[in-house]
Amino acid sequence: MVKVFIYPATSLILSDMVARFGHTPLSSAVAVRERIQTPGLESPPLQITPEEPKKGLKWAAVEVPAGVRGRMSLYGPMIEACEAAIIINDADLSFGCMGCARTNELIKFLLREKDIPKLDLNYPKSEEEGVRFVAAIKKFLDSLGGAK
Amino acid sequence: MTRYTPVYAGTVTRYVIVESFEITPADLAVRAYEIANGVMIKETCFGLVINGPETDVDRVIAEIRKADPDHIFVKDRGFPPGDARRCRANLGGARPGYHGIEYEMTIIPYVSHGLEEIKKRDLSSIPPPDDPLQPHALDIEKLKKLMESQES
Repeated sequence: MVKVFIYPATSLILSDMVARFGHTPLSSAVAVRERIQTPGLESPPLQITPEEPKKGLKWAAVEVPAGVRGRMSLYGPMIEACEAAIIINDADLSFGCMGCARTNELIKFLLREKDIPKLDLNYPKSEEEGVRFVAAIKKFLDSLGGAK
Repeated sequence: MTRYTPVYAGTVTRYVIVESFEITPADLAVRAYEIANGVMIKETCFGLVINGPETDVDRVIAEIRKADPDHIFVKDRGFPPGDARRCRANLGGARPGYHGIEYEMTIIPYVSHGLEEIKKRDLSSIPPPDDPLQPHALDIEKLKKLMESQES
């Protein structure tokens, strides 16, 4: 089983496809669960503490806003751990404030810099595109090998 | 500051999302309750939220997925079901994250169709999708529509 980073990290379709074809999706839910299930000081709603922007310094410089660094403390370790990535380029659902927008840019940059197999796609807009979309993902995931 | 003690530590939570003409979330919930064996199941408007030890949750999901494999989708969730920090019963309005699912639900019928088709067709004969990183020219039909909208 290969660890596959999915972008958008909250994508239902990508998360399902990766797991369905026998690999491990690295999504934001996994990182959030890790924090939700760790005892410590209460910091609702996501248990993001002042420590997270400090951890984010590993991926973003100190002058980068704390919001981006805090988010990177969730995504950064997953980007380091991933062995492949699937990126959807027209994911309007991942829009947000500047913190989200800049984090998204940084995630895509770090993934493109990393020497791993990557698959770039757009969301399908018709049934035929849906077939091509699913076939491309299946071929990509099969080529990684080690499926469960 | 208050000390935080997590509930349901060591468990996983998964969404089961139904996009089917044949199965409803209620049908799936009944089937899931039959085989739950201690796993927590919550029925929602779009499917189920299942919480429990990972192996048990996977077992339940594998079983209920058999009902309509190409129209049932599964996704991880960080929070347990009904968590006050996320549940819309406490917050009001749509749950954070619901809008993402709502957006992808408009695309899922194409994906379901794709999953059905790849079983019937030879995978190597299906052409790859357009590369989004390649700049593409403006579609002539789209240009025509733009011009017409300006003229009218």
